[in-house]
Amino acid sequence: MTHALKTDNSDALIRDKALWMRQQAMKMVYAKQLGHLGGDFSAIDVLATLYFGVLRYDTARPEWAERDRFVMSKGHATGALYTALCAAGYFPEDWLDTYMGHHSKLNGHPNRQYLPGVETNTGPLGHGFPVALGIAISGQITGADYRTYVLTGDGEQQEGSNWEAAMTAGSRKVKNLTLIIDRNRLQQGARTEDTNGLDPLDDKYRAFGWHVVEIDGHDYAQLLDTLGAPVADREKPLCVIANTVKGKGVSFMEDQAKWHHGVPNAEQFAQAMKELV
Amino acid sequence: MAVAAATTAPMFDCRKAWAETLEQLAASDERIVVVVNDSVGSSNLGGFQTRFPDRTINVGIAEQNMVGVAAGLANGGRIPFVSAASCFLTARAMEQIKADVAYAGFNVKLVGQSSGIAYGELGATHHSIEDFAWLRTLGPITVIAPCDAWETAEAVKWAAVHEGPVYLRLSRMKVPTLDLPGRTFTPGKAEVHRSGTDVTIIANGTTVHLAIEAAETLAAEGVSARVLNMHTISPLDTDAVTAAAKETGAIVTVEEALDRGGLGGAVAECTSATHPVPLQRVGFPGFMPTGSIASLFEEFGLSREGIASAARIAIRRKGA
Repeated sequence: MTHALKTDNSDALIRDKALWMRQQAMKMVYAKQLGHLGGDFSAIDVLATLYFGVLRYDTARPEWAERDRFVMSKGHATGALYTALCAAGYFPEDWLDTYMGHHSKLNGHPNRQYLPGVETNTGPLGHGFPVALGIAISGQITGADYRTYVLTGDGEQQEGSNWEAAMTAGSRKVKNLTLIIDRNRLQQGARTEDTNGLDPLDDKYRAFGWHVVEIDGHDYAQLLDTLGAPVADREKPLCVIANTVKGKGVSFMEDQAKWHHGVPNAEQFAQAMKELV
Repeated sequence: MAVAAATTAPMFDCRKAWAETLEQLAASDERIVVVVNDSVGSSNLGGFQTRFPDRTINVGIAEQNMVGVAAGLANGGRIPFVSAASCFLTARAMEQIKADVAYAGFNVKLVGQSSGIAYGELGATHHSIEDFAWLRTLGPITVIAPCDAWETAEAVKWAAVHEGPVYLRLSRMKVPTLDLPGRTFTPGKAEVHRSGTDVTIIANGTTVHLAIEAAETLAAEGVSARVLNMHTISPLDTDAVTAAAKETGAIVTVEEALDRGGLGGAVAECTSATHPVPLQRVGFPGFMPTGSIASLFEEFGLSREGIASAARIAIRRKGA
């Protein structure tokens, strides 16, 4: 299946896919009683937009040299990544049932050697961004026209390796690179600003030589316009601060740090599935 | 910086062989790029940068980024050679080496320059004596410490065509080019420099020529010492180690590295499982005191006499 273009029904398509991804992630995590639903749900609209409105890829040829790359730097959000790759057609739906099972291809953090469509292994924070930068630089060297997208958590921005990459990308004007920051303002233990404050993130990235756009990370029209903007129109790498809600879509999970890696009981699962329609 | 005062053979800094070989390879394979941390000069890559400016990616003093970027370049189809002082490359970027290179399985070549105690008096922060112990635990990475300029060139050529991550542990220390008829470089296969029946000295990198000198001293005493150049520490040539244990009954390991977890540790793991024999490990016990390379080599027994002495002890322990 080759996906490439934004179509007239993109918004509706992306909405449907995002709903399906949330339902599947909820089922996977409930069944295994392991996972990171809060961060899955804050990022799912971004991933649904990328895979069904922005990225150029061919699931029959995962190693296709000209594919656009998406790197999930917040590797713990496998509920978002695996459901996106499955929805895109990289692997059959029944693989989701094996989530984190013994020898499953769906490890607790993504492994490129287990699953097609995974660009690099992530899990420890602050790794995906430098790797994505390297992918983008490779494209610059060869003149390839693929685009590289990387999504980090906002708490993840506390890792210094991100700022090493930010400096290099700005300095080298790596304009084919887009960084998306999942700005849900919560990390594992508390609010980001109560832990090791990030604001003003926009000014920080501007100072490092980036274009910065701040959007509603759950608004498909804004996501499509921003993430789909032509690379030729800019001279710098693009940082998209996607303001999101941790646990988005399930009332009792929204904006609660405890749902970083909280797992639902039977009652909560039933309630969540009732809301995810 | 020569450490083998006894030898009269001409001595070479292997960085020249590394840089010239890489330039030749890059001229015929446009996928080859270098990634450096402001280390063009210390890596002897000035010529490469002049010839291939677009393929010289200098991320500045940022080792985590350097290794991550290299993994990404491999994703994009490049063959990246990351070249940096091995103390910073391996220690500062260890998690990137583990996760982005070894675990992710990217075709990245890590080139540790000025390894061991090559920075001498600059002290333990700049020494890289832990790298064998760290890197050889990461199974997918082939770990190679060439012993001279010829082997450095061969290892670089092999790494460029090998599909998979490699750690080349290079040195700026001058060493003689070893003479061996019909020499070929086979990764994972020990090179026999001298046959022997009483003891086997297993060395790598800058210490191989010292092991050969020690064997000469032992021969004068009527002791027959086998000398193996174990250029590849991971995967280890367990056949050669086991044969040495069975056929000579005593082993000495020599490395410009910690005496724990590196070559000596690897040989001990092997012989304890296959054929336990007395084993003397010559290396450094921990952080080095201030001193020149020559004085530190001498103090810790990385010398003709130090290695010969370890061999005599190993032989005495037979049957003890």
